[in-house]
Amino acid sequence: MSNTSQSVQPVLKARGIVKRYGRVTALNYADFDLYPGEVLAVIGDNGAGKSSLIKALSGAVTIDEGSIELDGKPIQFTSPMEAREAGIETVYQNLALSPALSIADNMFMGRELRKKGFMGKYFGALDHKEMQRLAREKLTDLGLMTIQNINQAVETLSGGQRQGVAVARAAAFGSRVVIMDEPTAALGVKESRRVLDLIADVKARGMPIVLISHNMPHVFEVADRIHVHRLGKRLCTIKPDDYSMSDAVAFMTGAKEPPAEDAA
Amino acid sequence: MSETPKSSRQKQEFEHALESSDRNVAQFEHKHRSFFGNVQHFLHGNPTMVPVIVLIFSIIIFGFVAGSKFFSPFNLSLIMQQVSIIGILAAAQSLVILTAGIDLSVGAIMVLMSVIMGQLAVTIGIPAPIAIIIGCIGGICAGGLNGFLVTRIKLPPFIVTLGTWNIFFALNLWLSGAQSIRSQTLDEIAPLLKFFGESIALGGARITYGSILMLVIFAVLWYILNHTSWGRHVYAIGDDKEAAELSGIRTNRTLITVYCLAGLVCAIGAWASIGRVGSVSPQSFQEANLQSITAVVIGGISLFGGRGSIIGPLIGALIVGVFNSGLRLAGVDVLWQVFAIGWLTIIAVAIDQWIRKVSS
Repeated sequence: MSNTSQSVQPVLKARGIVKRYGRVTALNYADFDLYPGEVLAVIGDNGAGKSSLIKALSGAVTIDEGSIELDGKPIQFTSPMEAREAGIETVYQNLALSPALSIADNMFMGRELRKKGFMGKYFGALDHKEMQRLAREKLTDLGLMTIQNINQAVETLSGGQRQGVAVARAAAFGSRVVIMDEPTAALGVKESRRVLDLIADVKARGMPIVLISHNMPHVFEVADRIHVHRLGKRLCTIKPDDYSMSDAVAFMTGAKEPPAEDAA
Repeated sequence: MSETPKSSRQKQEFEHALESSDRNVAQFEHKHRSFFGNVQHFLHGNPTMVPVIVLIFSIIIFGFVAGSKFFSPFNLSLIMQQVSIIGILAAAQSLVILTAGIDLSVGAIMVLMSVIMGQLAVTIGIPAPIAIIIGCIGGICAGGLNGFLVTRIKLPPFIVTLGTWNIFFALNLWLSGAQSIRSQTLDEIAPLLKFFGESIALGGARITYGSILMLVIFAVLWYILNHTSWGRHVYAIGDDKEAAELSGIRTNRTLITVYCLAGLVCAIGAWASIGRVGSVSPQSFQEANLQSITAVVIGGISLFGGRGSIIGPLIGALIVGVFNSGLRLAGVDVLWQVFAIGWLTIIAVAIDQWIRKVSS
């Protein structure tokens, strides 16, 4: 039962973070730890503050109190761009893709490559060829191909394909952490299976993953540890091998007290 | 740390049926589509093809109806000249519509800036180049005001620009005293203001500098929208603002610059309009706002934002010009020109709706 990862520095660590929206406290002195190379699932009831936690870690909201550390260095994000520059990539539940734009445009949105030389320097000319080549390469790396046309609009893709593009974008640019918010929520059984395989692929490259999900079978299948969030803070972290799905749901809803040795 | 590879993980019971299914995550297959499906997909990928086809057909039809007069170089260059001001405003309008907004104040900004340029140069006696530069800065500020109200005060663009349309129009009447500055006065004091009314003769054609300016503006905006980060961000914001924000785009900052650039284009249009009309007239271009929106819509830019090429509104403005010229040469009453443009607008939006329904 001893937690071997205690000796290892967490990649991403949060202590006592607080986020209030008016009179609602979404995060109430919450803690968070993500260790290198692991898949950490975050589960919790609706309104438990999962989304706020993820938004705080990915820079989409600014926290009111507390500290977040990346590789032991304190960080304070004021925009998703800053989190991305620090190497934290997020796959949002709504995917944050622009439907009318191409796969390549979407993958490089907000970090477009400029041409080398005069045109790129003084006229901001984009290097479309290089971006298309890299986009194709990244998708192929993850076994996401066979793409007919990298310039195809994202809205012409199926749900699973879109998810694939969003995950590929995160995996391609995330250098430290990839956060995935409900990646299987909108998908059918077959497409969910593919996305779970994709998560395993990303993990196999040594990238730690934070997975937010409501789907217990999926969580228990891919997670190394499970962070149970309740009433705005971490209730406990458990290992999927030690507990059953119904235990996890019981912790999550407050029907059962968390085990003392695993309590955070 | 668990070392379990994915293959040894236990599959859920309900997933056993999937064991034999194929494992590619995102496969891009070619499905068999009907003829209309193919057309829909083609137009979805090339939204500017609709106005191009309409333009070609209308040129052919009016060529037959109106006869050889229509194809004379003089008439073709006249069409260009006639659409130049609406074309420039449509370029500014397109920028805003691409972000899923609308700018009802483009015409009012243009007339106000032409009055400012005229009053500064003629009444106050400031050198014409400086008056033009001040007018351009005024255009940026007027657009910036729209952008500020839309992004910071978070008002809908329709309401903001409906308000500023009236405000700018009132300012225009106040500054000008509702008086035109006559052509002779401009010739004496500030001939530079009429620069874009001059033309070069090329065969039988008389191409005004104003027509060339319109083409240059479209070329520059085409480059900016397609080949710079800023341009891609404009499309992304119009497509899905929240997604753009999460992708790390500073959406409000980009939106303000969109309105500022639209204001600048309107101010440049103001200079061109003085040449086009030959005088500074505070009562001119009253319907320019709506005509610019017509050109944008006929040009295949979606009013819902994020879709369409900047070349579309240029074609759209030319279509309107070709219709007006062709119907006039054919001896048709002016009211039927307006009638035809009305139907064209409705059909254009209907086609846009159909294209947007494209499925995979």
